[in-house]
Amino acid sequence: MEEKHYEQIKETVYSDTLENGLQVYILPKQDMAKSYAIFTTNYGSIDQSFVPINKEEVVTVPDGIAHFLEHKLFEKEDRDVFQDFSKAGASANAFTSFTKTAYLFSATSRIKDNLMTLLDFVQDPYFSDQSVEKEKGIIAQEIRMYDDQPDWRAFFGTIKSLYHHHPVQIDIAGTVDSINKITKEDLYTCYHTFYHPSNMVLFVAGNVDPQETMQWIKDNQLKKSFEPANAIKREFPDEPNDVAQTKVDINMPVSVPKALVGIKEPQIPDAPEEFVKKEWMLDITLDYLFSKSGVGYERLYREGLIDQSFGYEAHLERNFGFTIIGGNSQEPEKLAEVLKDELMNLKQHQFDQDTFERIKRKKLGQTIRSLNSLEFIASQYSHYQLLGIDFFESIHSLELLSYEELDSFLRTWIDENHISTCFVKSE
Amino acid sequence: MEHITREDGYHLHLLHTKKFKTLHICLKFVAPLERNSITKRALIPYILQQGTAEYPNAIELRQQLDLLYGAVLHIDGSKKGEHHITTVRLEIANEQYIANQSHIIDDAVQLLKEIIYHPKVENGAFDSNVVEREKQTLLQKIRALKEDKISLANTRLIEEMCEGEPYHLRVHGYEEDLADLSAGELYNYYQQMLAEDQLDVYVVGDIENMNMKNKIAQLISKERQSSIVKTDPTVPERPSDTIVEKDQVQQAKLHFGYRTGITYDDPNYAALHVFNGIFGGFPSSKLFTNVREKHSLAYYAASRLESHKGLLFVFSGIAPDQYDRARDIILEQMEQMRKGEFSEDDIAETKEMAINQLKETLDNPQGMIELHYQKVIGQSDKNVEQLIKEIQQVTKQHIIQVAEAIQLDKVYLLTSEEAE
Repeated sequence: MEEKHYEQIKETVYSDTLENGLQVYILPKQDMAKSYAIFTTNYGSIDQSFVPINKEEVVTVPDGIAHFLEHKLFEKEDRDVFQDFSKAGASANAFTSFTKTAYLFSATSRIKDNLMTLLDFVQDPYFSDQSVEKEKGIIAQEIRMYDDQPDWRAFFGTIKSLYHHHPVQIDIAGTVDSINKITKEDLYTCYHTFYHPSNMVLFVAGNVDPQETMQWIKDNQLKKSFEPANAIKREFPDEPNDVAQTKVDINMPVSVPKALVGIKEPQIPDAPEEFVKKEWMLDITLDYLFSKSGVGYERLYREGLIDQSFGYEAHLERNFGFTIIGGNSQEPEKLAEVLKDELMNLKQHQFDQDTFERIKRKKLGQTIRSLNSLEFIASQYSHYQLLGIDFFESIHSLELLSYEELDSFLRTWIDENHISTCFVKSE
Repeated sequence: MEHITREDGYHLHLLHTKKFKTLHICLKFVAPLERNSITKRALIPYILQQGTAEYPNAIELRQQLDLLYGAVLHIDGSKKGEHHITTVRLEIANEQYIANQSHIIDDAVQLLKEIIYHPKVENGAFDSNVVEREKQTLLQKIRALKEDKISLANTRLIEEMCEGEPYHLRVHGYEEDLADLSAGELYNYYQQMLAEDQLDVYVVGDIENMNMKNKIAQLISKERQSSIVKTDPTVPERPSDTIVEKDQVQQAKLHFGYRTGITYDDPNYAALHVFNGIFGGFPSSKLFTNVREKHSLAYYAASRLESHKGLLFVFSGIAPDQYDRARDIILEQMEQMRKGEFSEDDIAETKEMAINQLKETLDNPQGMIELHYQKVIGQSDKNVEQLIKEIQQVTKQHIIQVAEAIQLDKVYLLTSEEAE
């Protein structure tokens, strides 16, 4: 077991890679009442075309299957696993994103029992034709609920406008039609391919003893047998650099219309340090323009084009990246126009060193604040680990970032061909 | 451990803990919920964030917060029971984790003082341009309720159920009040709020030896501490009824409003807490397992307590054509609770989950403040540790007694326009 201490934030992480390939990380925080564990597989909604384990040919599975699989893992032949956690005083949950599926629990007692439940239920699938059919009804309801949410529709509408072929544009939960095509056999194929321990990370944080906890995990894993670990072959279509559609309109009942502007990232750096640096540069640039202390935000607010719903988010992953900016507006066309104008003019901004230092301070403080949350630490650490990056060291790369580097990023980031807009309006 | 002292015009609650890498200063102003002040109280938090005498616009104010290593300022209004609470919260990184920094806390207190006591004022009124602009912000917030169908259904349920009681008031205020509200009237009301509301100040973090008492004393200028009036939970004597409204929704919202007659300080509160856990508070509850899992009738089905007014709400999202079945099955779950159709194991598990949840809430600085503030609003001496002890002692008989006293008041259905 390795022990790594991070002096600035006064945290220590214990880690090991087990024989079956599972990466385990433990962060003790004895002051907390709670412990939190998250078991993540490097498998999400975009992983649709791949070579199944022990096979040769690429297959393509129905939209929404990773999320469907997440739901189904909780159901066993004789019981629902939620009840196992409940009985041991824990609350459990799971989520599926573009690139990951994660299972988690938090508890203030019986951590060993709950940790074993977490490992065992994820590593022991049970799918039957009947239970797969029943789940379709539940997930169809979930999809309909998302369909009623204008923010969700706008978010996916924007992503769809950015991408020609990349599966990031597919709704994470799929569609009612696509999930109806899912079979028990499809679920097993995806499960055996992507839930191999060598494709997964386990992070435990909170009121735990690291040595003892690591031993529990090792003993649990030694009792199970897995196929030899092999690299998973995933296939993604070639995606052009420019956007698929410059404008998308969604008609649905909203009291206030919405406008979102999307920016596609055509170049994603391979080297971990360059990847992290790009994330910080995107973060600082967006903050400079559109945070509440940003120059673009000030203009939007003054002109009455935005309200409290205004926001932005950037997603950077191994093979796609995008930024979405916007919110509710009485004048959605004008909002989109001003947002694009701010972005296109970025090249000409006089971005001074004081502004750079101010935003760097803010980012440093924000990162320290976010470390209050065990959930945040565990999920971010796992996320970055799957990208080959040490999350706690990413703070250091913020400190190293220079004014010159950011200034040059500002001048080259925006290209008109990488921008699209999405509107949501009532008919 | 909470250390409470009575200061000039306020109570100071110091919560020292090494759990967090941040310091939190939180001021809670509370007044009775009233129709004639609700829109003013909804609007003031927006105005205060738009600038101060020294930093006269939002961007300058926000940049000051950035320089304090991204300090986070939150000002908002909320309702608990028949009280309205205006919360001002500033959160900063603890200087221990930042090289060469040792006065962030003092700068933060100064900035908070500027925001609360030196807003941007002209001729005894808030800046009228700011007020007009923020009216628009609030107006959009008020109108956005229509889009959040779960909140809309809950708001409509409460309006119908608590008609004539202050609790029915909407926390974001009313559109019709906005046009006539003047910048002067708002400023006068704000001065009154600062002087007359009951004020509780919480400081959370690794604060030992930081002399927070003095720092907070420099922040606050208030002469006398008023105190809130406790409201008894009223249980009107009337048969329950059903309200159906239509909207452009694909998924119908079926909500229920019950009267529990039990508030935070009540000796039966712990039993009610356990009742709610078994009934609909957790994924293992009756509502979740029977309505959602067993019958695939709903995407969500859960219940929640209002601890200061004595209410219990059930929320569910269903297909519009499943209304009758879903309603019957939800009502059936309540019947089972009254008949004691739940096991000793169910009780033990639910207690553990409820206690777990309370302890977890204490692992979050804001959660810690909110849990401690329950005592103030509930005018109770019952702290979290005490509540946990009481939960451990709850018996089946206790839960049945509580269940029997709960009365259904309203059923509210928000359904699609095509539904029958």
